[in-house]
Amino acid sequence: MSTTRQHARVPLWRDVRVLQWLFQLGVVAIVVVIAVWVIGNYTENSSRQNIPTGFGFLDNPAAFEITNNAMSQNAPVSEAILQGTLNTLRVSVVGVVLATVLGTLVGIARLSHNWLVRTVAGAYVEAIRNVPLPLFVIMGSLAIVLGVFPRIQDAWEPGGVVVVSNRGIAVPWFTGSALALVALLLVAAGTWWLVGRWRRAVFDRTGTPPRTGWWGGIAAVVVVVAGWLVLGLEATAPDVVGRQTAGGIRIDPSYFAILFALVIYTASHIAEIVRGSIQAVPRGQGEAADSLALGGFQRMWYVVLPQAFRIAIPPIGNQYLNLIKNSSLGAAIGYYDLTLVTQTTVGNGSPAVPAFALALGIYLAISLVTSALVNVGNRRFALVER
Amino acid sequence: MSAPARRSGAVVWVRRNLFRTPTDVALTSVTAVVAAYVVYRALRFLLVTGRWEVIRVNLRLLMYGRFPEPHVLRLAVAVVVLAAWAGLIAGIVHGRRQRTADVVARPALTARVADLTARFWIPTVVVLLLLLLTSTAGPWLTAGAALVAAVAGRLAGPVVGRLRLGTAGAAALVTALGAVPLLLDVYVVDAVGYDEWGGFVLNLFLALCSIILCYPLGVLLALGRRSKLPLIRLVCTVYVEVLRGSPLFVLLLFANVALGFFVPQDLAPSAPTRAIVVFTLFTAAYMAEIVRGGLQSVPSGQFEAAKALGLSPPRQTFLVVLPQALRNVIPAQIGQLISLFKDTALAGIAMGLFELLNVTRAITAQGDFRGQGLIGETLAFGALLFWTVSYTMSRESQRLERRLGVGER
Repeated sequence: MSTTRQHARVPLWRDVRVLQWLFQLGVVAIVVVIAVWVIGNYTENSSRQNIPTGFGFLDNPAAFEITNNAMSQNAPVSEAILQGTLNTLRVSVVGVVLATVLGTLVGIARLSHNWLVRTVAGAYVEAIRNVPLPLFVIMGSLAIVLGVFPRIQDAWEPGGVVVVSNRGIAVPWFTGSALALVALLLVAAGTWWLVGRWRRAVFDRTGTPPRTGWWGGIAAVVVVVAGWLVLGLEATAPDVVGRQTAGGIRIDPSYFAILFALVIYTASHIAEIVRGSIQAVPRGQGEAADSLALGGFQRMWYVVLPQAFRIAIPPIGNQYLNLIKNSSLGAAIGYYDLTLVTQTTVGNGSPAVPAFALALGIYLAISLVTSALVNVGNRRFALVER
Repeated sequence: MSAPARRSGAVVWVRRNLFRTPTDVALTSVTAVVAAYVVYRALRFLLVTGRWEVIRVNLRLLMYGRFPEPHVLRLAVAVVVLAAWAGLIAGIVHGRRQRTADVVARPALTARVADLTARFWIPTVVVLLLLLLTSTAGPWLTAGAALVAAVAGRLAGPVVGRLRLGTAGAAALVTALGAVPLLLDVYVVDAVGYDEWGGFVLNLFLALCSIILCYPLGVLLALGRRSKLPLIRLVCTVYVEVLRGSPLFVLLLFANVALGFFVPQDLAPSAPTRAIVVFTLFTAAYMAEIVRGGLQSVPSGQFEAAKALGLSPPRQTFLVVLPQALRNVIPAQIGQLISLFKDTALAGIAMGLFELLNVTRAITAQGDFRGQGLIGETLAFGALLFWTVSYTMSRESQRLERRLGVGER
C-alpha cells in the first residue's frame, strides 16, 4: 500500500519537467507576443503612410552615384548595396592588417627596456583609447582634407606614377576584367604554396635549406608577369587633367580618413592585448631564448611572440570585429560604405525598415564569417595537449 | 684590485635605460625627435596658435547645451546631492571593509592625501581649468558645495554603516540610496524635459541611464544563456549574437528613422529616448557576455553547497552564485561603462542629439567664429573632457581590480 503511494505519479503541476516546459513556452510566448505586437505596429504604420514593407525596392534605380565608382545612376539599389559592402570590406581588411602591425609594435614597445620608447608607447595607448572614435574620424577627415594633402593645382606627383592631392591618391591600375586579375593572383598564390611544399620535401630528403620565401616568391612573380603578358592586361598611370585626375585608380580622401581613425584607435586596443599576452608568456621562455644566444629580434619573433599570440588571438579577434563594425562611421564623413549607401537610398525613398534590416543582416554575416575565421585560426594555433 | 668606480645614479640610469645597445641609441634618437616634434606642436597649439575664445564663450553650451538658464540651479542641486550620495556610499563601503578586517592598518594622513592626489589630480586639474574659464560665481559655488557634500558624506558613511537597523531598516536604507538618482532625475526633468538636455551632461546621463537600465536585461540574458532549458538558451543566444554582430552606429541610425514604426503612433519616442533604448538593448548583449563570464568563474562547489543547504534554484542563483559572479567581473563592467560612455558621442552624429561632439561642431558655425577653422580647438576640448572621465574611470577600475585580486586566484 505504502509503496504504491510512493510510486504514485507526481501530479502534473508539480512535475519538474512539465513545469520547465511550461516556463519555456511561457517565455517563448512572451517573445512571440512582443514580436507580433511590433510587426503589427510596423505594418499598420507603414500602410497608413503608404510605405512598402518588402524588399521590392532593391530593383528600383539607385538614383545616386558612389564616389570613385563606375556604377551608373540607373543601376538598381541592390547593385549600390553590393558596392557599398565592397567598400566596407576594402577599408576593413586593410584596417585589420595595419592595426595588427601597429598594435603589435606598440604593444612590444610598451615593454621595452628603453625608457623613452616605453613611455611614448604608453602615452599613445592611454591618450588614444580613452577618446571616442567619432572624434578621431572627424579629426582625421579634417586633417587629411585640409592639412595633409595638397590642392589639386599643386598636386604632388612622386615619379609621375602616383598623384597625391586633396582629391585623394591616384595610383596606376590595370584595365580589363577584375576576374582575370583575381584568378591570376590566386594561381600565383597556389604556385607559391606548391613550390614551398616541394622545397620542404627536398629539405626533408637532402637537408638543403628550404628557403621557401625566396623560391616561392620568385615563382609567384614569374607566374604573375607571364600571366599578365598572356592575358594582355594593361595598366594606366594617373595624370592631372584640369581639376581632376585621369587614368589609374583614385582613392578618395575619405577612405584614408576613416582608415587612419580606425587604425590608430584599434591599434591602441590591440597594443594592450599584445602587452598583456607577452607578459603572460612564462619568463623562462625569454630566458631560454637568451641562453641559446638568440638576438633581441629572434627572441621576440621565434620564441615569445608565437606563444603570446596563442593567448592573444581571441581578444584580438574581438577587436577585428569592432573595427569592421566601427567602419560604419565612414558614413559620417562621406565614405560610401554599406551604411552611407543605405542611408542615401533611404533618403531617396527606399523604405527604411527593410533597407536597414538588410544592412544589419550584411554586417551580421560579415561578423559571423570573421569570427568563424578567427576561431579557425585559434584552433590552428592552440596548444595541442596530450 | 679595487672595486670598479661607482658612477652617479643619473648616468647609470641613462646608460641603462636609453643607450644600452647601438639599436637602443638609434631607437632613442628617432623616438626623441618624433616625440619632441609632437610635444612642440601640441604646446604651440595650446599656448600660441590655439584661439580658445570660442571655448570660453560657449562653455555653457558645451557643458549643458540649451538647458534653460532659470533651471540650471536644479542641475547644480543634483550635482551636490549626487556628490553627497557618492561620498556616503563610499563611506559605508569603507566602514564595512574596516569592520570585516579587509583593511588592517589605518594609513597615515599624509599617505592618504598622497594617495588621493595620485588618483584624482587629473580630474581635479581639469575641473579647475573649467572653473577658471567661467565668468560667474555659480560654478565655483557648486563645485565647492559638491566637495563639501562629498567629504561630509564620506565621513558620515561609516557612522551610518554602524547603525543597527535590522533587516527591514537595512532594506529601507538600500532602497532609499537606490532611489536618490531616480528622484534627482525626476526633480530635474520636472522642470526641463529630456529634449532640452544637451552638452556633456547629456553624454553622462545617457551612459549612466543605459548602464543601469541594461543591467536587469543583461543578467537575465546571461542566466538564460547558461540555462539547461533549450528554448530559453536559444532565444537568449540569438539575441546576444545578433546585437553583438550589429554596428551600434547603424542601430542608432536605424532607430532614428524606424523606431517610430515599431510602436503605436501616439507612443512615438523622442530622440533621447530612442538613443537610450538603443544603448540599453545594445549594452545588454555585452553585459550578458560579461556576466556569463562571471558565472563561469564561480566554482561549481558553490552551487552544490547552496543545493546542500536546501535552497531552491532561484535562491541558489540569486543569493549564492550571482553575487560572486558579479563581484568577479566588476572591472569588466566598468570597462563596458567606459566604452558606452565613449559611444554616446555616436548619438550626436546618428540622431542629431545636441551632445558634446555635436556642440563642438556646431559652435564653429556661430556668427563670430564662422570660417575660422576653429574645429581643431573645439574638438580638442571635447576630447579632453571625454578623455578625463574615461581615463579616471579606467585607472580606478585597475585599482579596484588589484584590490579585489581578480585574476590572482
